[in-house]
Amino acid sequence: MPDIAKNVGRPGRKAPRISWGPYLLLAPALVVLLVFTLWPMVKLGYASLFQIDTAHQQPVFVGLHNYVLFFQDPVGRLSLTNTLVFAVATVVPSVILALFFAVQLNKAIPARGALRAAIFYPTVLPLVSAATIWLFLYDSNNGIINKAMQMLHLPVQDWLGNPHTALGALVVMTIWKDAGYFMIFYLAGLQNMPGDVYEAADLDGASPWVAFWRITFPLLMPTTLFVTIIAAVASFKVVDPIFVMTAGGPNNATNMLLYHIYESQFSYSDTGMAATVSVVLLLILLAIAIFNYAYVDKRVHYD
Amino acid sequence: MNKRVHEPGRRFGNAVLWLLLAAVAVLWAVPILWSLAVSLRPENVPISVGSAWWGGGLTLSNFQRAWESVPFASYYVNTIFVVVGILALQLVTVTLGAYAFARMKFPLRDFLFVIFLLQLMVPAEALVVANFNTIRVLHLIDTRWGIIVPYAASAFGTFLLRQTFKQVPQDLEDAAFIDGCGPLKTLWLVFVPLARPTLVAYGLVTVSYHWNNFFWPLIITNRDEVRPLTVGLARFTQMSETGADWALIAAGTLIVVLPLLAVFLIFQKQFVDSFLRSGIK
Repeated sequence: MPDIAKNVGRPGRKAPRISWGPYLLLAPALVVLLVFTLWPMVKLGYASLFQIDTAHQQPVFVGLHNYVLFFQDPVGRLSLTNTLVFAVATVVPSVILALFFAVQLNKAIPARGALRAAIFYPTVLPLVSAATIWLFLYDSNNGIINKAMQMLHLPVQDWLGNPHTALGALVVMTIWKDAGYFMIFYLAGLQNMPGDVYEAADLDGASPWVAFWRITFPLLMPTTLFVTIIAAVASFKVVDPIFVMTAGGPNNATNMLLYHIYESQFSYSDTGMAATVSVVLLLILLAIAIFNYAYVDKRVHYD
Repeated sequence: MNKRVHEPGRRFGNAVLWLLLAAVAVLWAVPILWSLAVSLRPENVPISVGSAWWGGGLTLSNFQRAWESVPFASYYVNTIFVVVGILALQLVTVTLGAYAFARMKFPLRDFLFVIFLLQLMVPAEALVVANFNTIRVLHLIDTRWGIIVPYAASAFGTFLLRQTFKQVPQDLEDAAFIDGCGPLKTLWLVFVPLARPTLVAYGLVTVSYHWNNFFWPLIITNRDEVRPLTVGLARFTQMSETGADWALIAAGTLIVVLPLLAVFLIFQKQFVDSFLRSGIK
């Protein structure tokens, strides 16, 4: 009897068979992903085990020697430490600034629209043009930064030409560029705050300072984690401003992983090393992503 | 009672915070204002703080010189071509893929899902060396299609749209099937119209990402005929003729930037909403 009832409900339905439909629907995207994501990963991993450069007609298998070379090479090590320093130095201040901007702009304050526009507009600019603008802000003769230093009777600097200040110059530009972008995630988080908690805190005489640290900050923790992750990923693959502002110099002071990959491949035709550095970068980015999915995503739901 | 005790201090604190915020906002605005001031200076007048901000004799001649020194018009055409091409291809691949993942059960689904997930975790930038080779094998070096092809699919867009498709009531899909619609027709007539807000938000994010993309087109292109704006601008600033001619460089930068700022000011809300809705990139 149950069998008959089932068939009555589904007139004309044939016995289940393998349908090509879903595969056909996925095929276009899948071809692109296989050719431009999966295959390159395999190829880079494989190529990193060989010495492939202009000195060798045939690739020579060297095992993990390229990785040893990378960590022994001062430029290689510098590109890694520069990237790490750059990541920490940009992510922490821009996330703190973003939170500060969002908390202030979430209140009914004078000139709110103008202040928000001033803080958000760098997000709209291509990174390359932002870097171009800062190139002449930093100019040692006519740049506005040195003009300001002169007015304040401080020593002028060749900001991008000095190995001690060049990386910091890129950091400042990046914070300016990104803080407004991260701010919008905090603004969204603040919109979802429960208002009654603040009323209760206010009645209990909690100062805004205390209310911020006891209520706002903990409730925004998922946003902070999310923003930190996207900021970290962005900072590990930074490359555009290096091309425009420093070309990795002076003296490799601003050479970072992705730029080092570019140089190895396109300036020195050292394909084996380019693949090796690519794998190092891939591993870092994968580690961040896995941390994100395993730990952060369970707490944050943005869909 | 407590409230009244806190009131003056609170007002003072708010004023200090506002001043702090306003000071930062002014600092944030300096780069674009300075660019404007520099770009409007006559060519041979030395830049100094006073004259650049308030100087008389402002001129648009730097914009004309910049426009004539590199083919900005052609860069614009190339950027639009690339962005529209990527958007069109992605909308197709993303919609089809999202429908399969959201609404169908089939063998190997989880495995295929992981392949998509990989693209989400591995930014294309880290794969440039290998992808450059692939593009060379495909004979697409130095073409606009070479810039477009690797971005024809987006795991991110697929997952975003899958989420939206999952919320479409089963009844609507069944009704379409009963009316004799095949899967593609159902997708087009039922799912796509319902997902329009997501598609628009995703479209804005992908357009702004690829409009601003620099590294990949830099590697792929060698000729002005195919260079997009970002690469053209970088080349422009590094030309020997531009040297330290900051007025010229500022004008060139603003040729790239001002239209974007205008679009942003008009569509500010949609921009912010889209970035929030899609939450990344």
